[in-house]
Amino acid sequence: MAKLELIQTLKKDNGRVWNVNWHPKGEIFASCGEEKSIRIWGKDMTGKWCNKLVLSEGHKRTIRQVAWSPCGNYLASASFDATTSIWDKKSGEFECNASLEGHENEVKSVAWSRSGQILATCSRDKSVWIWEVADDDEYDCAAVLNAHSQDVKKVLFHPEKDLLASASYDNTIKLFREDPSDEDWVCCGTLTGHESTVWSINFEGNGKRLASCSDDQTVKIWKEYPPGNPEGVATVDGDSTWKCICTLTGHHGRTIYDISWCPKTGLIATGCGDDAIRVFKENETSDPNAPTFDLICTVDRAHNQDVNCVAWNPAIAGLLVSCSDDGEIKLWNFVDI
Amino acid sequence: MPFDQLENQNPSVYHKSADRSATLEEENDSVVDEFDNREVFDLIRDINDPEHPLTLEQLHVVQEDLVHVNNGDNKIFVNFTPTIPHCSMATLIGLSIRVKLLRCLPTRFKVTVEVTPGTHNAEQQVNKQLADKERVAAALENTHLIKVINQCIAPRARA
Repeated sequence: MAKLELIQTLKKDNGRVWNVNWHPKGEIFASCGEEKSIRIWGKDMTGKWCNKLVLSEGHKRTIRQVAWSPCGNYLASASFDATTSIWDKKSGEFECNASLEGHENEVKSVAWSRSGQILATCSRDKSVWIWEVADDDEYDCAAVLNAHSQDVKKVLFHPEKDLLASASYDNTIKLFREDPSDEDWVCCGTLTGHESTVWSINFEGNGKRLASCSDDQTVKIWKEYPPGNPEGVATVDGDSTWKCICTLTGHHGRTIYDISWCPKTGLIATGCGDDAIRVFKENETSDPNAPTFDLICTVDRAHNQDVNCVAWNPAIAGLLVSCSDDGEIKLWNFVDI
Repeated sequence: MPFDQLENQNPSVYHKSADRSATLEEENDSVVDEFDNREVFDLIRDINDPEHPLTLEQLHVVQEDLVHVNNGDNKIFVNFTPTIPHCSMATLIGLSIRVKLLRCLPTRFKVTVEVTPGTHNAEQQVNKQLADKERVAAALENTHLIKVINQCIAPRARA
């Protein structure tokens, strides 16, 4: 039997916690929310999780998302105050050394490319911005992408190449890449199928598939079919086609706010507006072009209110962190007996 | 609130319902008094219309029959009826209902506020926006907007 065991409950924030993000080494994580500050959490001498640092005065309004750079030296924060801040520890202490401005209103999400040289942000102003890291603390806007017709909720880079995925209130997911001929960023795919807002997306560890979750209470799994694929899925202009190969319906009672695909175990966790956390496991004997995923564990009332974010630890298999509108952060250990 | 022109100049005005009279059971402290439709209706009936000096109840924007409370499942469903199908205030009215219930009810409740089916041209857009808690949260951080909402919510002296 599979279950999530609660390890610890952390509460410090006043108000809703929107997001938690693991440092790439997996020993610390950052949280953010309505409180307008970022908290960094790690273990104390006795192995208990505790609040190590509070980064305040970086933003004037809610901080919607935080993201560590792949090298782990930088932390980016996206805020409703229309700016994105970059924090680093070069002086010995965490400081905000760059602020990216340009979006017309709330910045909803921020993501680093695998090299750490490109940053993406998205906003309620419907645009996705690509930033290139020029020099120390210098970020140049390389592209403003207006492909979405509504509020953009989430951006995320592919784990192995400079391919950007974005999810929107317009019910679609879009993919972007740089055009090598003129270095312009172009939209190279639109994934349609969700019937309402796509709140979050997460790539599988090897980047060959993408999971998405939506206000339509479903999870969808999308698979990359590169040009010349043996299945014969048509591709256009040398770009891969991403096709929905599985839809998980009937499991979630309200909007699904976040999804995390564990790079270590392949398990998929979801955070839902019905206060529950669910874990899905792929059925290994199912057809790779039409896989099935089984719901192997549900924690009802995982939190007292909506679960806003779930994140598997990148280094420690089975360690999950979640946060909620109830102001709490919880750490869970997945066990399969 | 100053408006250059009223959208709906001559709205129909309806009678207010009588105040709820407490039953003996309700006055008994040893009996658990669960939230019911009437109680939630009472929370929103006196919200002011953004453009008329009338309450949402008087304009039939909210009605007791269109409030559904499911205590066991912690769910509350409220339908509201804009006075005219092209009402540009629909989102603001819905937001006022949401904010009022957010502030008054225990956090365990999941509140859904939607336009009564078939009563507004942009019904789906309004419903989607009201259901998006991220956009609602951002709206409530907007100092101008929250001022307007607070004006709608603040009860006037009952006549």
